[in-house]
Amino acid sequence: MSNVTNVLLCGVGGQGVLLASEVLALVAAEEKAQVKQTEVHGVAQRGGSVVSHLRFGDLVYSPTVRTGTGDILVAFERLEAVRYGHYLKPGGLMLINDIEVMPGQMGEYQPYPTGIIEFLQSKAFQIEEIPATALAKAQGNSKVGSLIILGALSSYLDLSQEAWERVIRKRIPPKLVDINLQAFKVGVEMAQARAQAAVDRAE
Amino acid sequence: MTQEAGQRMLMAGNNAIARGAYEAGVYFASGYPGTPSTEILEVISQYSEIKAQWAANEKVAFDEAMGVAMSGKRALCSMKYVGLNVAADSFMVFPFAGTVGGFVVISADDPGMYSSQNEQDNRYFARLAQIPMIEPSDPQEAKDYLKLAYELSEKFSTPVLFRTSMRVSHSKGMVILGERHEVVESKSFVKDVPNWVVPIFAKALKAKLDAKLAAISAYVETYEYNRIEKGKGKIGVITSGASYTYTKEILPEASVLKLAVTYPLPKQMILDFCARYDKVYIIEELDSFIEDQVRAWGVTNLSGKDIFPRTGEFSPDVLAKCLFDEQPVNDFSKEFNIISRPPQLCAGCPHRGAYLALKKSGAIVTGDIGCYTLGALPPLGAMHTSFAMGTSVGNAFGFELGGINKVAAVIGDATFIHGGIPSLIDVVYNGGNTTVVILDNSTTGMTGHQEHPATGQTLQGKEAPKLDLVNLVKALGVKHVQVADPFDQKAMLQAINEALANEGPSVVITNRPCIFSRGEKHRPKTPFVIDLGICTQCGACQRIGCPAVLPGEQATIDDVSCTGCSLCAQACKFDAIHLKGE
Repeated sequence: MSNVTNVLLCGVGGQGVLLASEVLALVAAEEKAQVKQTEVHGVAQRGGSVVSHLRFGDLVYSPTVRTGTGDILVAFERLEAVRYGHYLKPGGLMLINDIEVMPGQMGEYQPYPTGIIEFLQSKAFQIEEIPATALAKAQGNSKVGSLIILGALSSYLDLSQEAWERVIRKRIPPKLVDINLQAFKVGVEMAQARAQAAVDRAE
Repeated sequence: MTQEAGQRMLMAGNNAIARGAYEAGVYFASGYPGTPSTEILEVISQYSEIKAQWAANEKVAFDEAMGVAMSGKRALCSMKYVGLNVAADSFMVFPFAGTVGGFVVISADDPGMYSSQNEQDNRYFARLAQIPMIEPSDPQEAKDYLKLAYELSEKFSTPVLFRTSMRVSHSKGMVILGERHEVVESKSFVKDVPNWVVPIFAKALKAKLDAKLAAISAYVETYEYNRIEKGKGKIGVITSGASYTYTKEILPEASVLKLAVTYPLPKQMILDFCARYDKVYIIEELDSFIEDQVRAWGVTNLSGKDIFPRTGEFSPDVLAKCLFDEQPVNDFSKEFNIISRPPQLCAGCPHRGAYLALKKSGAIVTGDIGCYTLGALPPLGAMHTSFAMGTSVGNAFGFELGGINKVAAVIGDATFIHGGIPSLIDVVYNGGNTTVVILDNSTTGMTGHQEHPATGQTLQGKEAPKLDLVNLVKALGVKHVQVADPFDQKAMLQAINEALANEGPSVVITNRPCIFSRGEKHRPKTPFVIDLGICTQCGACQRIGCPAVLPGEQATIDDVSCTGCSLCAQACKFDAIHLKGE
């Protein structure tokens, strides 16, 4: 079952993690024999931590990803990247939206931890921080950040751009399709520019 | 939604169950919301061919579906596993009579208790009621097996328990759609007192039920959906449901007996299977339901709960650890301070206002099941017990009978309708002084905003007679009834204090809708801001537990999530918090 791709998406309830994972699952469903996706509903949505597992390939049984086997972890928020980092395989790719969402407090005040990126780098993951929320605000709609993240993610997956566009057109309300497609493109271009820069550096 | 037969679609297990109901020609579906079952009825409601409705509680849902089944049509009722505890009274007796039209009861279990009050293995209910049980392992099976369940139900004139788990209900996978087959009614209800009046004829009916179970047991011995996937080597596995998918990941070479019907078990098939292998693993989540039965038949080359846990959800990692001592990768919490991100009452949630007042009142608060259960957590910490649907009211009266005064029950609107009303009748009848605070947010919040009798809308969003909670509790005999605004702390506290001081039963009903309800969701909101020149950093606004009041030495208000409820401003002694722009 080596041809199965394991992706995790995580973030904070309300950030659009579940919509993004639905879009990714639908795109994979257009091009792959099997797709499984799972998440936890219910109480976790009230501002809590959210994680979605997604697996696609020729033959997929379990919907959940084993720890240490994820190919890509997409974190919509920094702290959540650490929370679910152990699902990623050594050398796996972490796409991290570079924002910090302060957790609600229960009892003694706990400041937001510092040094997240440095810690994750010490784990020998491939880390790509992306300013998706800032780019979304620059686009004039803070809610399209998840599509910018998906655009960046798409550059690392062998799923066609046509399939992404078809699904976005189908899944997003007609009024919002254009702005979301635009956001998706911003993400694609950012990832491509980075890849080019990496190639240039290597040369 | 274009959904044509032959189409390949990505579907969640619950959506696939709904599709299965459509394809099976189901005529009627009823249920009560509860994670992880809620979407089944919501999706069914989109098929105009099926009459579907939310019921006041699971027993009512069961009784209605049972009536439809007796009338000769295919009926379904859907609930989370604890709902079957509520419906159990009818569930246990109906099998004595059997059914006319196909009748399937869906129980969605929650191993791991992701959004539940307890962990219970509802497979025992099938054995307890002596009815067959079917368990799907993925969305395709969820759809296909539901059709099998109706065939079994009609073949043996029995209700069938359809058991899913969170991981089946809430996982998506590819599903190939089929056509709807309308069921041509061949039978309908015939007056037959010795069959349908169970209490008088129970002795004779019990003998019939025993014989029916024996016939079903014989039938499942050769049931093609209990299948053997022959592998290599001398290891065998007996499994079903989500555990099957984990087994295929971790033991890809093993021979697997994959059960579709997990009650009654195919005894001879299992005995033959076990005899063929050196070692047979029984891989089942939660209790040793299959294992206990197989051991009782004298099989000894088994391994089950001696290595696999009895609690929590299985996963490929759990199986690898138990079978091969392969440790999962630990999370990074030992190396890095991953502070927790607890769920909270939303910014602008009206329950917060009720809890802040209850906390000031000093009352012991018996709680119930809903979003408002979060009021027990710090910094609110204003709810002191919580067990099951509707339990708060009887518990509060019990505390009072036990000699503890100043007790209030809190219960949501949907929960009060579900299970609180008989208890309040009892308080009145038995002369209690109990105070009940109905947190009426005009929706079923926790499960995702479903309609109920007091919202004035049906499952399909059509207008319905609106249950009037004030007049209802008055009709029950409660004389002291007040409606209070939880965003007005002075008024709310006064209402609670008056209710607590009142001789005789009292009810306070809050009147602010959930911020995600119709009407509220798109209402323009002006956020509050903290005047940093006046703020003394006393922290009072942070102690209301609102996610819009951002933590830090200097509190600030997130103007995106703030709904302008004003509770933080009312908590501020220095008048440092004002509406933005004022």
